[in-house]
Amino acid sequence: MRRFTPAKFFKGMNLTVFTFAMLFLYIPILILVVFSFNDARIVTSWKGFTLKYYAQLLHNVAIRDAFLNTMLIAGLSTLFSTLLGLLIALGLENKKLKGRKGFMGLLYAPLVIPDILMGVSLALLFNFLRVNTGMWTVLIAHITFCVSYAAIVIQSRLEGFDYSLIEAAMDLGAKPGTTFFKVKLPLIMPGVIAAALLSFTLSIDDFIITFFTSGRGFDTLPIYVEGTIRRGTITTINALSTLVIGLTLLLVVFTKRIRKSLISSF
Amino acid sequence: MEEIRIVNISKDFDGFMAVDGVDLTIKPGELFSFLGPSGCGKTTLLRMIAGFEMPLKGKIFIGDQDIVDLPPYKRPVNTIFQNYSLFPHMTVWDNVAFGLKVRKTPLPEIKDRVSEMLDLVKMGDQHSKYPDQISGGQKQRVAIARALINNPKVLLLDEPLAALDLKLRQHMLIELMNIHDAVGITFIYVTHDQSEAMSISDRVAVMNRGKIVQEGPPDDIYERPSSIFSAYFIGETNLITGEVIGIEDEYVQLKCPMGDDEYFEIDSTFHFRPEIGSQITVSLRPEKIAISSNKPKIADDMNIVKGVIEDILYLGSHTQYIVRVGKHNIRVFSQHKRVYFDDKALDWEEEVWLFWHDTDSWLINELPDESRMPAEGKTYIPKFKKANASAGEQI
Repeated sequence: MRRFTPAKFFKGMNLTVFTFAMLFLYIPILILVVFSFNDARIVTSWKGFTLKYYAQLLHNVAIRDAFLNTMLIAGLSTLFSTLLGLLIALGLENKKLKGRKGFMGLLYAPLVIPDILMGVSLALLFNFLRVNTGMWTVLIAHITFCVSYAAIVIQSRLEGFDYSLIEAAMDLGAKPGTTFFKVKLPLIMPGVIAAALLSFTLSIDDFIITFFTSGRGFDTLPIYVEGTIRRGTITTINALSTLVIGLTLLLVVFTKRIRKSLISSF
Repeated sequence: MEEIRIVNISKDFDGFMAVDGVDLTIKPGELFSFLGPSGCGKTTLLRMIAGFEMPLKGKIFIGDQDIVDLPPYKRPVNTIFQNYSLFPHMTVWDNVAFGLKVRKTPLPEIKDRVSEMLDLVKMGDQHSKYPDQISGGQKQRVAIARALINNPKVLLLDEPLAALDLKLRQHMLIELMNIHDAVGITFIYVTHDQSEAMSISDRVAVMNRGKIVQEGPPDDIYERPSSIFSAYFIGETNLITGEVIGIEDEYVQLKCPMGDDEYFEIDSTFHFRPEIGSQITVSLRPEKIAISSNKPKIADDMNIVKGVIEDILYLGSHTQYIVRVGKHNIRVFSQHKRVYFDDKALDWEEEVWLFWHDTDSWLINELPDESRMPAEGKTYIPKFKKANASAGEQI
């Protein structure tokens, strides 16, 4: 006779919950991928396999521009926010710094401020300063919200840093600059890379803040997608989304690889 | 080879004097130890020589050069850190080569000297491993090679063996002495372990509360402690206070109260002239005292007292007896040598005779701190004032 035990019950329970959670998360994505190959203009029924939407994607200049814009903004905002974040984290390292707590508060605030608030306030600011919205305003907006995340990620890496290694380097004759580039930076590099990846993802992903700061004529991918779906042509977007999913998966695999090699080389 | 002169050096941490006016001269090529309990200032003193702490005042000379204002990377000294502080992102080879690389030494020379150094510390076959792939003892060797490759005038060692287990520690001590003999430079060794300091050092400075209490060769400090602190910190000892009742040629006669109205007398050699009638302390090392149930033949230069065995602790290489002599509990170490065949094993509550040579009782011109004196019949164990956690040992 099978006996009921709490352990068995929870094990069964866990599996069920897990399965449903996974289905809940991935069924929409799965549907999206499947329908990107559907030879029909309307999503409701399956009419046969096709790659024509992928072909359309390649010839769509607007999508290509939006994609390039997104990459440009993501690349530049990653570069600047990681550098700024690194400097902020190093600056706040000194526990005796006056006003450190205040700075920390300012650093954490953008994490909890709603995107819409940030977007509107930036739009108002640009309007007030009579700056024409476009690529530069989007870039500035992206750096603004990425820099906090970058600084916090790098700061967590600096937490518990073994400062006797710095002393050891100086003891062995390394000047402060050499000590930083040969010892400190390599050791916090995993944090810097994590910060960069996070900034990149946040930037690619952002819709709300970009929406308020981009103005006409400068579309990033999320803005373009929103516009297209509003006009009703969902099929190319399905194909585009599938490509983005594939790209993201590749990126995940790739970063796992480089993280491994980074840890062994630093 | 140059001597190191430390002149009136002091260092405070938020008002706490970690090092308080230390004067010291370390001879060229010497293996010199700073010995003391945690918070005594020994690590701070070492870190000031390395350049990691700025002294409040004072000077540190290596030869004729005052190095106090030099940053660590310009000082002709290298340090072995307590936790080795090897660079985790570099191989053993790169760790050892670091000092030469930052000085822009040509690569062929780096290669030669790194392999020479790795051979010296017997790590030649481990050069491509990372620090987390080698054992504690091996990390220690790499740290030594990494420091010595820069040809420092002085090697500073900050509790280098603290993280190793006992057997390895004893082994590395001998290795360190061999390396010291091989390179011939001055070593300054910081430790709280008196046996380490005793076995390795040419000279020792015993430190307490930021000051040097006594300095000299290990045997000198052990046999002739100048204060109750050094007598107690190095080895074990019995402290007996008494009144000076007479001084003859080379001996002081003391009257030591034991019970309410009982006294016993011990003669002692002395290195200062106490006044008759003054109170004074005798330090008596437990291993210098012989113990027997038979009364020994009286000799002129021998102290004899009678007591009762309070406790017996078998410790392997020797047995510790605690013998009650009036109000004193005297500790005696006795090795297990059966030279006298009529000796029978001693037992609890047995009446015994304790005897020792006059020259083995050592006078200290200081009285044990009354507030830290033991209760009646208890052994006196001094408590060392612990420094601020932040101010004391740097980790």
